[in-house]
Amino acid sequence: MKNKYSIFSLIKNAFSYHENWQRAWRDPEPKKEYDAIIIGGGGHGLATAFYLAKKHNMTNIAVVEKGWIGGGNTGRNTTIIRSNYLWDASAGLYDHALKIWEGLSQELNYNVMFSQRGVMNLAHNLQDVRDLKRRTHANRLNGIDAVWLNTEEVKKFCPIINTSPDIRYPVLGGTLQRRAGTARHDAVAWGYARGADAMGVDIIQNCEVKGIKRNEDSVEGIETTKGFIKTKKIGVVAAGHSSVIANMVDLKLPLESKPLQALVSEPVKPIIDTVVMSNAVHAYVSQSDKGELVIGAGTDAYVSYTQRGSHDVVEGTLKAILELYPIFSRMKMLRQWGGIVDICPDASPIISKTHIKGLYFNCGWGTGGFKATPGSGDLFAHTIANDEPHKLNANFNINRFVSGDLVDEHGAAAVAH
Amino acid sequence: MFLINCPYCGERDQSEFSAGGEAHILRPKQPTELSDDQWAEYLFMRKNIKGVQFERWNHTHGCRKWFNMVRDTSNDKIHAVYKMGEKPPVK
Repeated sequence: MKNKYSIFSLIKNAFSYHENWQRAWRDPEPKKEYDAIIIGGGGHGLATAFYLAKKHNMTNIAVVEKGWIGGGNTGRNTTIIRSNYLWDASAGLYDHALKIWEGLSQELNYNVMFSQRGVMNLAHNLQDVRDLKRRTHANRLNGIDAVWLNTEEVKKFCPIINTSPDIRYPVLGGTLQRRAGTARHDAVAWGYARGADAMGVDIIQNCEVKGIKRNEDSVEGIETTKGFIKTKKIGVVAAGHSSVIANMVDLKLPLESKPLQALVSEPVKPIIDTVVMSNAVHAYVSQSDKGELVIGAGTDAYVSYTQRGSHDVVEGTLKAILELYPIFSRMKMLRQWGGIVDICPDASPIISKTHIKGLYFNCGWGTGGFKATPGSGDLFAHTIANDEPHKLNANFNINRFVSGDLVDEHGAAAVAH
Repeated sequence: MFLINCPYCGERDQSEFSAGGEAHILRPKQPTELSDDQWAEYLFMRKNIKGVQFERWNHTHGCRKWFNMVRDTSNDKIHAVYKMGEKPPVK
């Protein structure tokens, strides 16, 4: 039984110099067989396991992770959460996630530091203005909060933005979602891991999947670096490495994996209390609770699994940042890193069954998966448990690339690809 | 970030080039005969290999010619560069 985190447990543990905290999750050896196995111990995978156990009573399950949990893209993103997507299907998907975010710290008894500080998307040319106004209207029709701000209102909301008409790409306005914001990415992985573990889910780290055993058109188990594990249901949530797993069963996915970079500055006093994104010049920035500026750069334009990314991409982003925020010109950047994102041709994810019985894929989140973590886990768990998609992820099946019923969200995805 | 040995211009910075995705995907000879599955395969489905991959590149900010490349996507090491229409080096 897990101890509950509270102000009282904090005080109690303070008396023993915080040396006696219970470990947050076990480190089990894999059993011979599970009812279901989730491949990938990132936020989405752990959330899937959590909701499988919590809502579908599937507790004899495991999450296998080749590294350590949250060590991939969950710990490498810029932590932005929003749901202001254009199409009805996406609005349903992302706002489902946002609604879970709003109560997630309580649900997990783990502070994910969800902060609804607002996300503002800037428009820099006439087409941007038209597109963003259209998206604002579409959002409101779908019950998602969004307001259009003119240049003066943008300046008032975030005073450090350079709204001079003389810059190369002047700010002509922006759209603001006030319910949007950020969360502590590591805490999301840890909170879901702790919650899932408490219900009996085995989280097996340092266990790489080497192959998938199948009997004609159904799965029988996985070959791993810790031996063979038998199961009838496999949920693959491997982000940038989804194609690597798919290639094990000769399944082709409509994905390309590319490095996406981010960087943080030295910590400074509070200067920006919201998230500002700009698709046209490709710059987005927020400030972490530690005081670092968190800056998202773009993807490299070629397939690579190197987890670093090119210098010219960072350079381009910083040029745009400096033009929009001249106040940052003397800041020093502390760290830069890359994560491998799996990008779908329509910039929308896949949460789907496959033609192989018992094999499910949750992938293609591209550059913006973090925001959807709770919703993605919830809907993927539903899909695995019932062998049928939930109505909110029915549109996000693999077959849409055959039928042509794509969900084109290139305009709402923050990173142009 | 790496250097690419353009078969026409020689070694240049990767930022001068554009990636054109997986190479040797043949355009269907009879597009009208294709089923939806075959179209999806041609248009969208990719091997997206972690390891040695054959791909197309264009020297956008140079000679603007297309060519093929064999690159290991796990470490960005380039194994071979060859012109369009030439046989890929056997791997």
